[in-house]
Amino acid sequence: MASTPETVAAAPAHGAEHPGLAHHFESYEQQRESASLGMWIFIAQEIMFFGGLFIAYAVYRHMYPDGFAAASAELDVKLGTFNTVVLIGSSLTMALAVRAAQLGRSKASAWFLIATMALGTTFLGVKGIEYHHKYVEHHIPGPSFQFTGEHHGQPVPANQARIFFGLYFGMTGLHALHMVIGLGLLLWLLYHTRKGRFTPDNYNYVEGVGLYWHFVDIVWIFLFPLLYLIGRH
Amino acid sequence: MWQNFPLFPDQASTIAPKVDAIFFFGLGVAAFFSLLIAVLVIALAVRYRRRRPDQIGEDEAPHDALEIVWSVIPLLILLVMFGWGARVYFQATRPPANAVEYYGIGKQWMWKFQHPSGVREINELHVPLGKPIKVKLTSEDVIHDFFVPAFRVKYDVIPGRYTTVWFQATKVGTYHLFCDEYCGAEHSRMVGSIVVMDPKDYEQWLTRGGGAAAPAASGEELFSSLACSTCHRTDSTVRAPLLVGLYGSQVQLADGSTVKADDDYVRESILNPQAKVVNGFQPIMPSYKGQVSEEQILQLINYIKSLAAPAGGATPTPAPGKKG
Amino acid sequence: MSSEAAVAEAPHNTHRVHYLNANYGVRSWLLTKDHKRIGILYAISMTFFFAIGGIMAALIRLELATPAGDLVQPDTYNRLFTMHGIMMVFFFLIPSVPATLGNFLIPLMIGAKDLAFPKLNLASWYIFNIGGAITLYALLHGGVDTGWTFYAPYSTSFSNTWVVVTGVGIFITGFASILTGLNFIVTIHRMRAPGMTWFRMPLFVWSHYATSLIMILGTPVVAITILMLAGERLFHIGIFDPAYGGDPVLFQHLFWFYSHPAVYIMILPSMGVVSELVAAFARKRVFGYGFVAFSSLAIAVLGFLVWAHHMFIAGVSVYAALVFSILTMLVAVPSAIKVFNWTATLYKGSVSWETPMLYALGFIGLFTIGGLTGVMLGTLGIDLHVTDTYFVVAHFHYVMVGGVIMGYLGGLHYWWPKITGRMYPVFWSKLAALIVFIGFNLTFFPQFLLGYLGMPRRYHAYPPEFQVLNVMSSAGATVLAVGYILPLFYFAWSMRYGKPAGENPWGAVGLEWETSSPPPPENFEVMPVVVGEAYDYGKKAYSFPKQEAKLG
Repeated sequence: MASTPETVAAAPAHGAEHPGLAHHFESYEQQRESASLGMWIFIAQEIMFFGGLFIAYAVYRHMYPDGFAAASAELDVKLGTFNTVVLIGSSLTMALAVRAAQLGRSKASAWFLIATMALGTTFLGVKGIEYHHKYVEHHIPGPSFQFTGEHHGQPVPANQARIFFGLYFGMTGLHALHMVIGLGLLLWLLYHTRKGRFTPDNYNYVEGVGLYWHFVDIVWIFLFPLLYLIGRH
Repeated sequence: MWQNFPLFPDQASTIAPKVDAIFFFGLGVAAFFSLLIAVLVIALAVRYRRRRPDQIGEDEAPHDALEIVWSVIPLLILLVMFGWGARVYFQATRPPANAVEYYGIGKQWMWKFQHPSGVREINELHVPLGKPIKVKLTSEDVIHDFFVPAFRVKYDVIPGRYTTVWFQATKVGTYHLFCDEYCGAEHSRMVGSIVVMDPKDYEQWLTRGGGAAAPAASGEELFSSLACSTCHRTDSTVRAPLLVGLYGSQVQLADGSTVKADDDYVRESILNPQAKVVNGFQPIMPSYKGQVSEEQILQLINYIKSLAAPAGGATPTPAPGKKG
Repeated sequence: MSSEAAVAEAPHNTHRVHYLNANYGVRSWLLTKDHKRIGILYAISMTFFFAIGGIMAALIRLELATPAGDLVQPDTYNRLFTMHGIMMVFFFLIPSVPATLGNFLIPLMIGAKDLAFPKLNLASWYIFNIGGAITLYALLHGGVDTGWTFYAPYSTSFSNTWVVVTGVGIFITGFASILTGLNFIVTIHRMRAPGMTWFRMPLFVWSHYATSLIMILGTPVVAITILMLAGERLFHIGIFDPAYGGDPVLFQHLFWFYSHPAVYIMILPSMGVVSELVAAFARKRVFGYGFVAFSSLAIAVLGFLVWAHHMFIAGVSVYAALVFSILTMLVAVPSAIKVFNWTATLYKGSVSWETPMLYALGFIGLFTIGGLTGVMLGTLGIDLHVTDTYFVVAHFHYVMVGGVIMGYLGGLHYWWPKITGRMYPVFWSKLAALIVFIGFNLTFFPQFLLGYLGMPRRYHAYPPEFQVLNVMSSAGATVLAVGYILPLFYFAWSMRYGKPAGENPWGAVGLEWETSSPPPPENFEVMPVVVGEAYDYGKKAYSFPKQEAKLG
């Protein structure tokens, strides 16, 4: 995307004439495309980040299928399903928020952001309940870990369940951390939306956070079946 | 070489000359290309040195054919190195069928060895000259590594599993044994010696009781003293599977899968019997974790291996209806 | 921008405004968004960490001068080599060229005003230092003794040192690497000047692009591995400890999946520097430009496929070993292509023996030796004897010190006049280069012999027959240290007393040489348009459209 010499000669002055155009960019187009590419690259590295946990999960599920099935049965699939629906719903409201910003409708955008935050908070609340259940049942790896599950009538060694739960907490915990960060980003977006900062020319940040939120949703869509639905009929 | 200033290690095993040969080939390739580049760079930099302050160089058109040539030729040389090296690696990691098995246990920060006859040694391993020997290794704690430079033999010693090295010594003498995977404070002192003796001297050494340590209880003795024989009987399979003919066979597990009864399987069954319950049996075997040492497990494995299948071949299966 | 008016009016004299004097004061540096200042900030931090790593190296070599472990306790020695590795790898080598020279030069070389995300750039420097500070905290309280490779189960269940804290420090610093890579990729894609097509970019930019790909795809994997290590150590989850049903070799796979590509993060930028140096000091286009550009990408891709060549005797299957060995042979080819092309560039060139060129030529020789010994290590039959011995130590120091650091020093000397506006004293710089070359070879060549003899790595005490070679190595280290200390002095001296440099003291071709030394805050007074090829000696490759001097 090189701009032509004519464009260079007529480069925008930035400042008051072109609010929101950073000084080192030549045009809104360049700024938007840079922000977009930047966010996609960030998503790529997030995939690699979660990837390590997925690899460990794959290795141990292959090694201890019974242990994993027995431990997975101890998770509350109803709450997990509810959360999945909530999170997918929040991706819908997020997409609508981005669309509203693109159309210059700040008020609508703000409401959709609030809805997204509400759904995200609901998700985290349910996760908190689930974690509490695990705490009470002594399923958190550590000195007080206990497990007496079985699979197909055979008892399952506690070690195998401990690895499952370690990965469960690691993966859902990392996911939840990303959601908390996402909520913070949404709050920041809400603040600037209310201030009228985002225009159809310059709504990169809304789109970027939207991309991030969708990514976090997709991670959950993989986590849910892998953790909650092992061996369920 | 000079005693105090060696530049090249002793060759004391059958594999050592093979490793040295591929090494010298690799070294030759490295030296050739390093010298070639060094000479070319210096010669060209001198020959084309700048003679006037404003002089510029003369560009050349890209020469794709040349690029291909000097990519393909090194690649071919590298593939030769790969193939030759792979061959040596196969030979170095595949013990011959008649290799006699010793056991080695690494633990922070010492080596424990056991001869087939039961003689035990600490930090030293006496072996006969000219016989293929394999050492089955495991660790009691962290990852160690069994390294004998003079034999060109090396492999990691890993907790929770078995690894194997093999060698056939070709020269009488005493050779360094090093732990070659960092394992904590006294890693550099986890050293010992391999003592290669004439076979006659080795036999004499063995009959003298070898080292000071008492010979290990045989696997058979352990099998009864640890009460394995209470359930694993040869006349009934009410409580436990038959062990005769087990080693090396395919075992049907309760969840429908099959597994090969190898060293790791036997070890796991002793320490963690619930992990793989045999089809048709109740999970009632107690765990022996904490009650058997790694050496004792090796002895038990050896004993179970020796329980050959009866003439006729097939491994006996539990009698129908006897679900325990 | 307050400097706008000043630049439009200022004549070309010593009162010209440039990025160094545009603002004064600590705040103007600590809150800068200027990629040039950020590059300098990184250089200062990294030099500090290099000094710490260097002191550890000095103590290690001092201990190894005698066979007995008589200088320090075994525990202390183990912490010394661990912290030496951690400091050098994570806090010096990985950021070295990209965060200093890359940051400074990429916008200049492509005709942009700054990187795509200047605030993110500054944030990355802070993140780098926070990680460094945490690691230093661990160091001051006793450090870690697991080796920089943190193998389980020693690191998870046996070591009584600051593993988790150090891990957190490295984890945090990793984000600086990721953000730098992200910034470079977006900048190179979106901010090239008009006419600067991909194949008109300097090779330095190509190599940084390839490096950035590795930074963003590889670093997160070591990050999650460190978190898993911490989880294992704190909660005994069981993923790496066999006592809890885990597999210690899984840790090695996850660790090396990043740490092998990491070495290409270290070498590719230095290779980019060498391309620039060879072109500048032979005054011609690098031979085989296209092949050299693509070889950087090939190294980045293939580099992700060879990690288990660190594990040939670690318990991987023989078939896995075969696959990784053959892939290791493949990854050597693009590096060979570079070396041949650089050499061919000298043919019919106009070669001058300035200090940067001395470093470049030294790089070519030493990297060739390092790379070929790497291929020897990739050969299964050789590796089974020399892995984990001083042969490996010698190999990686040849590529990292003889390679990366020589390239870094060459680049520092080449762009010093651009960065500071001053020239360094030539006699001392050439003397230092010679001392570095001699000291380096004396330190590390004997280690190849030690390795084949069987001296293991990470040994605090060793059998007496290894002593002569160890003494040679330690003597060499002393010489090398002198070679490294000299530039500290003459560079510092030059900043005050060095001869002022003009726009293009070397007569080189490149956009960075078409602006003043030091450059103005927004790099060019008039943004350039590219009309010719890279390294077009003899033709005018750039035009600066006549128009009002607008910096907006």
